[in-house]
Amino acid sequence: MARGGFFILASFPSLLNKMINASLKQLADQLAAKKISSVELTKLYLDQIATHNPVYNAYLSVNAKVSLAQAAAADERIASGNGLPLTGIPIAQKDIFCAKGWRTTCGSKMLADFIAPYDAHVIEQFNRAGAVNLGKTNMDEFAMGSSNETSYFGPVRNPWNQKAVPGGSSGGAASAVAARLCAAATGTDTGGSIRQPASLCGITGIKPTYGTVSRYGMIAFASSLDQAGPMAKSAEDCALMLNVMTGFDERDSTSLQREKEDYTRDLTKPLAGLRIGLPKEFFAEGLSSDVGARIQEAIAEYRKLGASIVGISLPNTKLAVPVYYVLAPAEASSNLSRYDGVRYGHRADEYTDLADMYEKSRSQGFGEEVKRRIMIGTYVLSHGYYDAYYLQAQKIRRLIAQDFTDAFKQCDVIMGPTSPSTAFNLGEKGDDPVQMYLSDIYTIAVNLAGLPGMSIPCGFGDACANNTAMPVGLQIIGNYFDEARMLNVAHQYQLATDWHTRRPQGF
Amino acid sequence: MSLSTADVQKVARLARLAMNNEEIEAARVQLSGIFELIAQMQAVDTTGIAPMSHAQDLSQRLREDCVTETNQRELFQSIAPQVEDGLYLVPQVIE
Amino acid sequence: MTWEIVIGLEVHTQLSTNTKIFSGASTTYGAEPNTQADAVSIALPGVLPVLNKGAVERAVKFGLAVGAHIAPRSIFARKNYFYPDLPKGYQISQFDLPVVGMGSLTIQVEPLSGNAKPYEKVVRITRAHLEEDAGKSVHGATQGMTGVDLNRAGTPLLEIVSEPDMCSAAEAVAYAKTLHNLVRWIGISDGNMQEGSFRCDVNVSVRRKGEPLGTRREIKNLNSFKYMQQAIDYEVQWQIDTIESGGKIHQATILFNPDTGETRAMRSKEDAHDYRYFPDPDLLPLDITPEMLEAMRATLPELPEARRARYVNELGLSAYDAASLTSSREMADFFDACVSVVGNAKLCANWLIGELSAQLNRDGLDMAQCPVSAQQMSGMLARIADNTISNAGGKDVFRTLWAEGGDADLIIDSKGLKQVSDSGAIEALVDEIIATQADKVAEYRSGKDKLFGFFVGLAMKASKGKANPAQLNEVLLKKLAG
Repeated sequence: MARGGFFILASFPSLLNKMINASLKQLADQLAAKKISSVELTKLYLDQIATHNPVYNAYLSVNAKVSLAQAAAADERIASGNGLPLTGIPIAQKDIFCAKGWRTTCGSKMLADFIAPYDAHVIEQFNRAGAVNLGKTNMDEFAMGSSNETSYFGPVRNPWNQKAVPGGSSGGAASAVAARLCAAATGTDTGGSIRQPASLCGITGIKPTYGTVSRYGMIAFASSLDQAGPMAKSAEDCALMLNVMTGFDERDSTSLQREKEDYTRDLTKPLAGLRIGLPKEFFAEGLSSDVGARIQEAIAEYRKLGASIVGISLPNTKLAVPVYYVLAPAEASSNLSRYDGVRYGHRADEYTDLADMYEKSRSQGFGEEVKRRIMIGTYVLSHGYYDAYYLQAQKIRRLIAQDFTDAFKQCDVIMGPTSPSTAFNLGEKGDDPVQMYLSDIYTIAVNLAGLPGMSIPCGFGDACANNTAMPVGLQIIGNYFDEARMLNVAHQYQLATDWHTRRPQGF
Repeated sequence: MSLSTADVQKVARLARLAMNNEEIEAARVQLSGIFELIAQMQAVDTTGIAPMSHAQDLSQRLREDCVTETNQRELFQSIAPQVEDGLYLVPQVIE
Repeated sequence: MTWEIVIGLEVHTQLSTNTKIFSGASTTYGAEPNTQADAVSIALPGVLPVLNKGAVERAVKFGLAVGAHIAPRSIFARKNYFYPDLPKGYQISQFDLPVVGMGSLTIQVEPLSGNAKPYEKVVRITRAHLEEDAGKSVHGATQGMTGVDLNRAGTPLLEIVSEPDMCSAAEAVAYAKTLHNLVRWIGISDGNMQEGSFRCDVNVSVRRKGEPLGTRREIKNLNSFKYMQQAIDYEVQWQIDTIESGGKIHQATILFNPDTGETRAMRSKEDAHDYRYFPDPDLLPLDITPEMLEAMRATLPELPEARRARYVNELGLSAYDAASLTSSREMADFFDACVSVVGNAKLCANWLIGELSAQLNRDGLDMAQCPVSAQQMSGMLARIADNTISNAGGKDVFRTLWAEGGDADLIIDSKGLKQVSDSGAIEALVDEIIATQADKVAEYRSGKDKLFGFFVGLAMKASKGKANPAQLNEVLLKKLAG
């Protein structure tokens, strides 16, 4: 790995600090003013990765040559005056996005050697913007997990405490942002996979309205729920990232044909008159008291900013987890049938016949959690069970979506905890999938309804057994296409507080 | 709700997953727990509720019937486990 | 004991689009293996389907042609099973809500045996739905291995399902032929059976008269009408023999072997099918707007049934002639073009069904490949109609048109085929024969009528074959009568 950048900046530790903690806007200004080049910035991050990744395992692939070539091209583009807001900025891509020429594993042995032959729409969007692909981040296998422990390539560690999980499935992205191993990152969220790790790692992440970011080239988990979004240090950074990631794509039938919006447009609006809905079900049994307290403190801050609070109810909240664990595995069981060892991916070394090749390749290529979900999905779709499980779940899905429609008649945004507790320790919930599934209770309903949701840091929980106070995330749920308002709500909070600027010791 | 060993075996076969008896039993216990959670759904009266397959109530967009793809066989087969003369090879299929 | 035969058909018609049903890859037949297998066709991780408008339009057009209900909203589902030629591990098809609902097709049945008369029958069409084709397995490449070519994967198919309304091989074949004609007629499929563009699965069961329906067996993938008839005949006899000898019929998927003329059960697709159908989350509901419906209706040509009725009622053709002329759109359009120039429908029909069809048959061509254009043909037929040339002369002109092309009038001139219709010249010619053949004339006049042909022959010879035969007859009759 090239050491030049490190050498220069290491001699000026304050400059290094300044850069890795800078906002995207500040970085863009530095690049435009030629205070730093994209190549230097990229080298700086590559050096950070070289230093810290062996511990945190946030990245699965780094390709310095490719990244630096992109950086050099970005520098030329900036010099020629054609730079865009993210030109030259090093971004970490979740390893769920196909990026041509990059190993794209989706956290699975099945795709351990899969070199993607094409670019996902999200990758194309960043390429068009002139951003630098800094590397591919670790994740739960096929995005199935809430702790990043299901990755074939080993768990990711939480920069706030190495014994704790970073959350999942976008755990590598969250850890990389928190440890300042990238300027910003992409994630995907099927049941909370952007918001929950953002919460557990003390960063900001937003899952936009379903259909806003194209799913083309994003390896499918549950097609009707999957949605990509940014993970970054602040709401403002997320807005700039969303500006790049969103946009109509004719190759995804569920991509929405809407006019391109500027998600930064409302950031500075005052919050006076904002109606915040607090669903009583989000503050009931199961919520850790320290998390509950931090959420109430955040709400108090919002009152100070001029918002009013409305008590609301989302009566079907409890059903979201069972509904999700029927629908998502059903879609996944079918989406993952293409991994059969015929055209790409893992094929068993030895087999007796075709059926044996299928079974061995798939059993060896998939990990336990993936197999478990394939089996749940296969079961609920099989003959005689379809109506009782799949169809019933789809009907309750509508009831859950209707709950939100009703709630948004009374309020502008909904707030509550992102996760019932702060980051738990590696291995702590390993044996009991049901306990793990229940930790998604506040995030899942948002995916079922297709609504936008985000998580912002709002303080720290009680010091745990590891003697570290771990971050707490405030979830903000908006109505369809209300991302700009949500970012405004988050940004105003981040102007008034400094939780989002806190960083783990050593970073 | 408790699943039988036969249920789990059938599902594993349908999903083309090879599992030994030990794995089948472990899966049976875990899946039974998960289905207990899922069983909460059964108490809900959903009479007259239309199933929701998609997050948006939109209709399918249609693509013009124009060729947009070019031959990329060489690239695509460079990542294939086994190919010969442009064909993907699999153990013999008997009809 | 009287046996009743119950037959229903499922026909897979490949739609004649430029591209696949869910991607922009070409569907051209015969390309090198996997050169038309794009990212969607090989189901790379992350790729998604987008529906081809051309496929939808063709399905709607078919529905309108069989008078079917077109679903304002239909759904694509996934049919899950593992097979090497099915790259996603599921086939996208329509299950609960197909785009085309109940319709019907009128068929003309020509019984295959005995003296039974042709008859008409209405066969109900249960539904027609859009789906994607699978790839092809190629056997015998490397020992013990099968090769997979995914060029065909994702090709749009319309699966047309009939009610079990047919009760003989003849009816099944008539239905298949009528359907085959229709899909080509309305331009939704090339119907090329050798290339697999029109594949028939035939469900056959038998029962004793008055008994409930028997168990059916499905003969898969028949791609010729001849094989279809042989397969049904064999299968029906096999089922009757099996039951009569005390056996039972079990539901099965079977294949027909044209070499032995026998059917046999398939070995693969082992375990009981559980396809786990569910709505494809990657595709939204297909809505057919009233605008699309009307646009498609406007592109529908006059259908074969209507055309046949018109030929009988307005042009006075026989039912047989009308059916022959509407056996393909090309033939019917050729005929209409000729009639519009020539006027004489019967003359045109005779020539097209007779000489032209025979010549096509001899050269193994179908109507679309006919070397003689309707313009050339009607140029010739017009000269027969206006008595410029005889029917025999017409055949001469036709042979030249077929072999060398050209213009009927120029051929008539260069070959000197124009017949003599000048009554003075014919009378002079007849007078001379009567004068030189006094003996024969006397015999004729004494009652030997058979000699008339002899005089015609002499006169024709004298005119070098150019005398207008009708006119010559008339003059001869008159003069011989004395």
